[in-house]
Amino acid sequence: MLQDQDRIFTNLYGQQHFGLQAAMKRGVWDGVKEMVTRERGDIIDDVKASDLRGRGGAGFPTGMKWSFMPPDDRMDDRPHYLVVNADESEPGTCKDREILRNDPHRLLEGMVVACRAMGAHTGYIYIRGEFYNEASNVQVAIDEAYDAGLLGKNSKLGWDVDIHLHRGAGAYICGEETALLESLEGKKGQPRLKPPFPAGAGLYGCPTTVNNVETIAVVPEILRRGVSWWTGLGPERNRGTKLFCVSGHVNKPCNVEEEMGIPLRELLEKHCGGVRGGWDNLLTIIPGGSSVPCLTSSVCGDIKMDFDTLRAAGSGLGTAAVIVMDKSTDIIRAIERLSHFYMHESCGQCTPCREGTGWMWRVLGRMCEGRSSREEIGMLFDVTKQIEGHTICALGDAAAWPVQGLIRNFRPVIEERIDRFVAGQSGADMPVAAE
Amino acid sequence: MKVTARPELNYGDFAFSEEREAQAQKILARYPEGREASAIIPFLDLAQRENGGWLSKEAIDYVAMRTGSASIRVYEVASFYTMFYLEPVGKHVVQVCRTTPCWLRGADALTDAAKQKLGIGLGETSEDGNFTLIEVECLGACCNAPMVQINDDFYEDLTPERMGEILDDLAAGKEVAAGPQSGRRYSEPEGGPQTLLHMASEA
Repeated sequence: MLQDQDRIFTNLYGQQHFGLQAAMKRGVWDGVKEMVTRERGDIIDDVKASDLRGRGGAGFPTGMKWSFMPPDDRMDDRPHYLVVNADESEPGTCKDREILRNDPHRLLEGMVVACRAMGAHTGYIYIRGEFYNEASNVQVAIDEAYDAGLLGKNSKLGWDVDIHLHRGAGAYICGEETALLESLEGKKGQPRLKPPFPAGAGLYGCPTTVNNVETIAVVPEILRRGVSWWTGLGPERNRGTKLFCVSGHVNKPCNVEEEMGIPLRELLEKHCGGVRGGWDNLLTIIPGGSSVPCLTSSVCGDIKMDFDTLRAAGSGLGTAAVIVMDKSTDIIRAIERLSHFYMHESCGQCTPCREGTGWMWRVLGRMCEGRSSREEIGMLFDVTKQIEGHTICALGDAAAWPVQGLIRNFRPVIEERIDRFVAGQSGADMPVAAE
Repeated sequence: MKVTARPELNYGDFAFSEEREAQAQKILARYPEGREASAIIPFLDLAQRENGGWLSKEAIDYVAMRTGSASIRVYEVASFYTMFYLEPVGKHVVQVCRTTPCWLRGADALTDAAKQKLGIGLGETSEDGNFTLIEVECLGACCNAPMVQINDDFYEDLTPERMGEILDDLAAGKEVAAGPQSGRRYSEPEGGPQTLLHMASEA
């Protein structure tokens, strides 16, 4: 188990004030001046050496992402932008919320360091509109940092950064980086085609990097304590600590910062009071937010929580949002709910996603009652494959994977329900797939 | 592209209050010159508050005027994002989170309790104009499920009974403290943190 001294988010539970004075006592803003006097390339090299991978779900190496920004000798007259993705909306995920409301200064100091590393003087925080009170705390923190000379012109840190808060208005898709940029420009959140990638042409057509809140917030601590401290935690290529959000059927759902690679069972039993009704009552877990496929309980016993292990197990770490379901759960209904989510949140731009998410939801709705046929299960799987990889952004994939996980792991449950329905309905009209 | 004539904006006497105008000025200062369109979403939020919780055609045209945009551009934004209401809503908009993490912990029972208490169905507004009840997708408070959002505030760790009490209190014009209703702080485990124990004493 991770020791408290290795925890970065020491105010995760809001036991202390979120404001500047208390944050500074916790060590926030320490040594930032020294960090930003370093060369851009040096900072990026350290972040690369730390193996830090993005905490927003995809796990892309952060240092590499930063290195895509034009270096000093190739900069043109366009400003560079850092945009922090605080549009936390992935079902199961509620970790950035705790940083935003309980430790916003960690985010701000990280933004200053990241801005230095990418040659940017302006940062935007795009926060989901529903987080009204969280946004208020962040705004207070920004104002405090300006008053203290940490932000704005003639910063006493030696690198001027302006940070602005921008509230969204309710759209999961704005967590996709190019949709987020569209939204920040005042448009509907419809993802852009890539290329050009944001580092070439992002916000207002200028070089832009979009990073998750947690990713940015851990960077100063990595630099303060040294890369070797960070790489001493977690397995290779999956270093460091991570905020885990555990929800669903555990006795004590909570957020907790743990070491990457912690065994799932240890996470649930040490921090969350265990699965409701005991470990043997576990049906399945979704390990990384709603967009990744569920795991069967037989796998859960000894699986480790990191990007590569979960990927090899046919799922993913995603946002490290663990959704636990015990044996009382109607797993078809649980996934049908997720399908409804993706249908609701599809931006409508690409046909496979716009039409496919609704199609999957309607079929799953019937399957909850058993009003289907065994052949239709295969057809549903085929449709998920037609959506996956055929859309501009990853929402299509995210909508397809939970359904694939359901079919891969719980096909007998679906079949049994169909059989039961058919047995009770002999002679009645059977539905057809193409609604 | 041929630009056809823009229909004239018709915002009547709609305008931000003095306090909101001050906020609007701060918002505009966040974006570079010539990028006033970035203020469309925050301005729609201000306009919705100004207009009693929903966006009328006048409110949308006003935001178009303030951001130098065509009315249709602002309208398509207003209709895309779920937090904008294009029809009048009640004083308290009760938004029950329906997505799987909340559903696993009893979101349906909250919806039923709210329906019963308010005597309205989903998408409806009570006759006295006090409440609108809707279901929404994941609000990002999954460790505190099940939960609802009422206007700007989250009410978490709810039971159907507590849901009913909150609605009673709001109907009676009382303030109800937002956040977890179970007594725990934020998203710590029930019974208090098991890590970071030294933080409380150092506060």
